[in-house]
Amino acid sequence: MSNIIAEILLIIGVAFDLLGAIGLIRLPDVYNRLQAATKCVTLGTCFILFGACFHFGITAGGIKALICAAFILLTSPTGAHALARGSHKAGIKLWEGSVVDKYHEDTNM
Amino acid sequence: MTGYIIVLLLASFLCLYRIALGPTPADRTVSIDILGTIIVGFCAFMSIITGRGYYLNIAIAWALISFVGTIALAKFLEGRGFDE
Repeated sequence: MSNIIAEILLIIGVAFDLLGAIGLIRLPDVYNRLQAATKCVTLGTCFILFGACFHFGITAGGIKALICAAFILLTSPTGAHALARGSHKAGIKLWEGSVVDKYHEDTNM
Repeated sequence: MTGYIIVLLLASFLCLYRIALGPTPADRTVSIDILGTIIVGFCAFMSIITGRGYYLNIAIAWALISFVGTIALAKFLEGRGFDE
């Protein structure tokens, strides 16, 4: 039973990783690429690590997989936020189809 | 299991394609961040296939180093904006 759950979690995780990488290729802009790829790949990698946890059970390997998943969930949004702020301050233009830039409005009152 | 490894390798090569192609430095930085997260999942797969737990230690260390590198690259981007 636990092997079947691990297999399903691994399939979902690999599919989300591939979709995030395709979004990194297909989308037109740094900010669009950042939001698509970060969310998809974070969820996919966490599903892969949960699958590893189910595969190993309550052993040292399973606990290490859980710790690694918690760490990915904490650090990946922080890194994405820092990257978006840094690229906006570096003066990289938005895609011409973008309709609103609240950060620019807030910092140039 | 081999199919999963091939799909993850395909995702890694898409990230490398964006690193080679990216028009701005920010694109390359985003792609390096995503590649680091995919490699953490790859290490978890290696630990499942080989049945050895120490690949998960490599995964934890890789997540730490990738996070520090991403923060450093973001600060580098921001600082170059002030210089220009």
